[in-house]
Amino acid sequence: MLGPSADRRRPLALTPGEDLVGFIASYLGRAVLFLITATSVLAVLLILLFVILRSTPFLREFGVREFLTSRVWRPTADEPVFGALTLIVGSLYVSIAALLFAVPVGILAAVFLSDIVSWKIRNVAKPVVEILAAIPSVAYGFFAVLVLAPWMQRRFGFSTGTNALNASMILAVMALPTIISVAEDAISALGRELREASYSLGATRLETMVKVVIPAAHSGIIAAVVLGMMRAIGETMVVWMASGNATQIPHPWWDLSQSIRTMTATIAGEMGEAPEGMAHRSALFAVGVVLLLMTFVLNIVSEYFLSRAKKATGKS
Amino acid sequence: MPEKDKPMPATAAYSQATKSDIRMMVTLGSRSAPDSKSPPAACVCPVIRSNGFSLYYGTKAGVRDITMDIHPCTVTSIIGPSGCGKSTFLRSINRMNDLIPHVRTEGLLEVDGQNVYDKRTNLVNLRQQVGMVFQKPNPFPKSIFDNIAYGPRLQGIRRKEELHHIVEQSLKAAAIWDEVKDDLRKSALALSGGQQQRLCIARALATRPRVLLMDEPCSALDPIATGRIEDLIGQLQSTYTIVIVTHNMQQAARVSERAAFFCLGELIEYDRTEKIFSNPAKKQTEDYVTGRFG
Repeated sequence: MLGPSADRRRPLALTPGEDLVGFIASYLGRAVLFLITATSVLAVLLILLFVILRSTPFLREFGVREFLTSRVWRPTADEPVFGALTLIVGSLYVSIAALLFAVPVGILAAVFLSDIVSWKIRNVAKPVVEILAAIPSVAYGFFAVLVLAPWMQRRFGFSTGTNALNASMILAVMALPTIISVAEDAISALGRELREASYSLGATRLETMVKVVIPAAHSGIIAAVVLGMMRAIGETMVVWMASGNATQIPHPWWDLSQSIRTMTATIAGEMGEAPEGMAHRSALFAVGVVLLLMTFVLNIVSEYFLSRAKKATGKS
Repeated sequence: MPEKDKPMPATAAYSQATKSDIRMMVTLGSRSAPDSKSPPAACVCPVIRSNGFSLYYGTKAGVRDITMDIHPCTVTSIIGPSGCGKSTFLRSINRMNDLIPHVRTEGLLEVDGQNVYDKRTNLVNLRQQVGMVFQKPNPFPKSIFDNIAYGPRLQGIRRKEELHHIVEQSLKAAAIWDEVKDDLRKSALALSGGQQQRLCIARALATRPRVLLMDEPCSALDPIATGRIEDLIGQLQSTYTIVIVTHNMQQAARVSERAAFFCLGELIEYDRTEKIFSNPAKKQTEDYVTGRFG
C-alpha cells in the first residue's frame, strides 16, 4: 500500500534560508509575467499619449470646435481647411448602415446555430463562420471594387459603384463573424433550463426564442452588436477601396448610393502625402484621436455588457 | 421515540431518522396513510397509462417496457438509484425528451386516453395539460408577475384583470402569495431558492394543468424549503395528479400514496407507498429501501 512519504518534514515556508531555488524561481516568475503584462498595457497608453501629443499643436491653432463642426476638408489648398465633420459622419454612416444589415442576419444566424441545427452541424458551421473573419480585408475590397461596384451600377443605375451602400454591405459581411460568434455564445450559454421551462409551459420554439431566450441573452447580444460596430468603424482597407472617398455628407441623408469618406480611409490615404511638421499631418493625428476615443468608448460599452452577460448566466 | 406525541416539523423528525427507522416513520406519516385518501368527487381525473413503454437514446435504453397506471388525484412517487430511468420516464410523459436528439420510443404512453407519442400529438396542448417542475428552480429572468403570466399569455389571455386573477390564484395555490404579494414587479431571480421553486410550481399551475410532473423538486433546496414544498404537494394532491421523482426515500414516504421503484431502466415494483416501504414484494426493492443497496 502507498503510505505517506517517508521523507523528512518538508518546509512549508518559502524562504531563502529553507529553499533558495524555489524562492528565486517564484519571484523571478512573477517578475517576468508582470513585465510582459505591463509592457502591453504601457504600449496602449503610450500610443494614446503619442497620438494626443502629436495632434495638440494643430488643435490649439485651428480650434477643436472648428475641427469637429466644419464640413470642409481641404488639406492641400493654399488656405488649408480641416473640418472633420464629414469624415466622422462618414465613419458612423457606413458603420451604422452595415449594422442595419448585419444585426438581423447575425442574430438570426446565431439563433439558428444555437437552437435549430443539430449539435454536429453547429460544431462545423461555427468555426467556418469564424474563418470569415480571417479573410484579409484587401480581398474583400477587391471583391467590392471589381464585382459589387460594376454590378450596382448596372443593376441600379448608380452614378458610381463605389459608394456608401457598397462599403456598408462589405462591412456588414466583415462584422458578421463577430456578431454571430459572440451572440451565439451568449444564447447557448443560457443552457437548457430556461428553454425547458418555456417548452414545459406549452410554448412553441418561436415563442421560446422571442419571449425567453433572446431577452435573457440581451446583454451578450448587445455586446455582440457593439463589437461588430467596433470592427466596422476601425476597418480601413475596405472603406478606402469601396466608399468612393468623397468628403461629403449624403443628401438626402438616407441616400446610400452616394460616395462618402471615413476617418480611417482619410488617415491611410493622406498620411503619405502629409509632410512632417505640416498642419496636415497634425490634423490627421487629430482624426486619429477622434477614432481612438470612439473605439475606446465602444470597447468600454461592450465590456460592460459582456460582464453583465457573464453575471446573468453565471447566476441562473 | 420521544417525539411521537409532540407535533414537530416533518423534516426535523425525518432528518433524525436512521435507515432502520424508515418503516416506523412511514406508519407515522399521516399523508401516506391509505385510509385518509378518497379523491374528491369534483376532481376531473386524467389517468396516465403506460403499457410496455420503452425509450431509447440511440441504441441505449433509457427505460424499458414500463407498464403502470398512474391514478388520478394521487401523489405517485418514482424512486430508484441514479441513472435508473426515473427522470427519463417522467420526462416522457410530457415529451420533454424530444429536445434530445436520436430518441426513439416503443409501446404505449397515454394521458387521458390519448397516445402521447402519436405523430399528430399537439405538444402545446399536451404540455398545457401536463405541467412540470424541474430539479433546479428555473424562473425566467423576468418579474414575478411575468413569470406566472407567461403560460396564460401563451394561451392568448390578454386582459389585465384576468391575468391578475390567475397570477394571484396560482401564487396562493403555491403558498408563496404572502411572501411576494407586495412586489410582483420584482425580478424572480431576487427570490431565495425555495421561493423560486414555489414560484416555478405556481408558474406550472397557472397554465391549469391536470397533471403535475416533479423532477426531484427539492434536491437543490435546504430542509426548511423542502418541508414547505412537501406541505404544498400535500395541499395540491386533492386537485392534481402529481408524479414526483425523488432521490430521497423519506420524502417519497412522506408525500406519496403510491410508489414505483425503478432500477436499470425497468420498473421493479409499483404499489402503495406503505407497502413498498414496509413489505415490498421484491427482494431488490427491499434492499434499496432499507439502504442495503444504492
